[in-house]
Amino acid sequence: MATVKFDNATRIYPGNDKPSVDKLNIDIEDGEFLVLVGPSGCGKSTSLRMLAGLEEVNGGKIWIGDRDVTDLSPKDRDVAMVFQNYALYPHMSVADNMGFALKIAGTDKAEIRKRVEEAAKILDLTQYLDRKPKALSGGQRQRVAMGRAIVRSPQVFLMDEPLSNLDAKLRVQTRTQIASLQRRLGVTTVYVTHDQVEAMTMGDRIALLKDGLLQQCATPREMYDRPANLFVAGFIGSPAMNLLSVPVTESGVKFGNHTLDVARGDVAGAGSQVIVGVRPEDVEVTSNPDGLELVVDVVEELGADAYIYGTPTDKSIAIEGSGDDALAKPFIARVDGRQVPEKGSKVFVHPKAAHLHVFNKETGERLTR
Amino acid sequence: MSTATPAPVPESVANEAVEEAGGGQELETGKKRGKSAAGNAARAVSSKWASLFAVVMALAWTTPTFGLFVTSFREQKDIQSTGWWNAWRTGFTMDNYKQVLQGAEGQPPLTDFFVNSFVIVIPAVLLPLLLASLAAYAFAWIDFPFRNALFVAVFALQIVPLQIALLPLVTMFQDLGLGGSYWSLWLSHSAFALPLAVFLLHNFMKEIPASLLEAARVDGAGHVRIFFQVLLPLIAPALASFGIFQFLWVWNDLLVALTMLGGSPELAPLTMILNTISGTLGNRWYLLSAAAFISIALPVAVFLSLQRYFVRGLLAGGTKG
Repeated sequence: MATVKFDNATRIYPGNDKPSVDKLNIDIEDGEFLVLVGPSGCGKSTSLRMLAGLEEVNGGKIWIGDRDVTDLSPKDRDVAMVFQNYALYPHMSVADNMGFALKIAGTDKAEIRKRVEEAAKILDLTQYLDRKPKALSGGQRQRVAMGRAIVRSPQVFLMDEPLSNLDAKLRVQTRTQIASLQRRLGVTTVYVTHDQVEAMTMGDRIALLKDGLLQQCATPREMYDRPANLFVAGFIGSPAMNLLSVPVTESGVKFGNHTLDVARGDVAGAGSQVIVGVRPEDVEVTSNPDGLELVVDVVEELGADAYIYGTPTDKSIAIEGSGDDALAKPFIARVDGRQVPEKGSKVFVHPKAAHLHVFNKETGERLTR
Repeated sequence: MSTATPAPVPESVANEAVEEAGGGQELETGKKRGKSAAGNAARAVSSKWASLFAVVMALAWTTPTFGLFVTSFREQKDIQSTGWWNAWRTGFTMDNYKQVLQGAEGQPPLTDFFVNSFVIVIPAVLLPLLLASLAAYAFAWIDFPFRNALFVAVFALQIVPLQIALLPLVTMFQDLGLGGSYWSLWLSHSAFALPLAVFLLHNFMKEIPASLLEAARVDGAGHVRIFFQVLLPLIAPALASFGIFQFLWVWNDLLVALTMLGGSPELAPLTMILNTISGTLGNRWYLLSAAAFISIALPVAVFLSLQRYFVRGLLAGGTKG
């Protein structure tokens, strides 16, 4: 067990001008579960592979514990990796797959058997030890891949989207199992995913990357409550945060005909327009003409509550599409499941004062504290 | 990011994985396949008429061989007077085989040369297999300067007919002091086999998902261990098929042996003896069929014993997606 430190780690693929991972700085504590998350192509897998030693580091350093591993080969780093496609050795039995690393390390046969059996017990694989991977289901293969990592008791676990090949139900189940297993073993873990729900539910901390640049690295709660910029705000949370470009006035920020109380100092120098972000559950929905007028397009009933998807009647107000698609985004608000507005009706919305996010329109940086 | 995602599993492997999944699913995929062009083709060749055609072809090809086989059990005068299909009237004899094996009229027994053929064929198969698989590993998985150009160059050697190289090789081996020895045969057979072997094994190795090798690297394996413990078991079908080709080629080779061992008849392989067994005037021609079947026996045995390595779907289950 050890800490991990990315110190200005940079990776530039041959033939590219732009780094795929650009001066990445993350300190991971001993026993911490860090999730690297981001859209595809953001450099999260590359970062993980740099830590594994499968990818060259073109600049900066990577530390595991107090060892500089920047130029060490994978076998000298004492890390174990779980691959997206599991990468089990097809010609070896489950037991041999799990014991391969120990065999290479020259561990005594009885000891290997003992540790493989222990790991198999944890992962509920005992009855499959003599099978070949092809005789296993997807979930079992995934557990074998986990077992191969556990058996070694390495300093760091590396997981590269280990759940993306499982079906939705199994994924939720396995997600919890991996998280609790990690807490039990207490091994420092770096986990890559593109799924923000996985990131939120599993990680002690989340590091969000975009285009090779670290956007924010914080606890799931912090990421959700205080996103550092527009990208983080749009990426974390489902349904996504509503982001609207609104004018700044003398008395504060104008949200429809509702004036939001924003400290002057915060928006000073941000120009005449700022972007206001509000999560669907932090929206006050009223029939009084207070706030932004919406036409309700779609109502999603979830039982306890409901989501309404609306478009502003004032067409000049565009909702920022900071998510993954460029389609015109509706304004989303959560309402009480027992008092749902009719489809096609008009409602007024404004953010609850306590949960307001204001961002600089030019830089995307967070303005409110 | 593109290099971070593992190489896609080739389609053939994926299909095999589906087939492995068991009987229930097979019906379903069978239906799906029926709609594809490949499915249509598969149905076309499995029709009744196609089967009949295949059987007729097979009979047409095997009948002469069978006739030769029957002939090898007949006496000289019978062969001379009647066709092989009369053998059931005129009777059979083992005399030809006895003569060939024990050596008739000043001929050394064939069994001696069986050993020679073995001594030639085993290194001439193993050496190119070993060298080619090592080279293929480097070409497929180790990044070094001019890799692609070198690979093309190696395969381009395939274009050169071996007959062109024969005489220069003979003089070269003479100069090296290897002339007329087994070494000259082993080395030239290996050299002629290498281009195709490297190409074949390289393509096979390239199909193995990169993540498998990366997993092995993270597990602590170096190149040697990855090669012997991860890759070689997975390319066994390719090794076996190339091994059989090379075995048959070397076992049946007369030209190279004649050129290289012309001056040392005591080292001659079976084929050279077959060439001379009928005598300088061809007066013992009736022994040829028996001798030919003796020399065929071993390749057939080798083929049957290596057949079990032709298993499909070796990669199934290792990776997903």
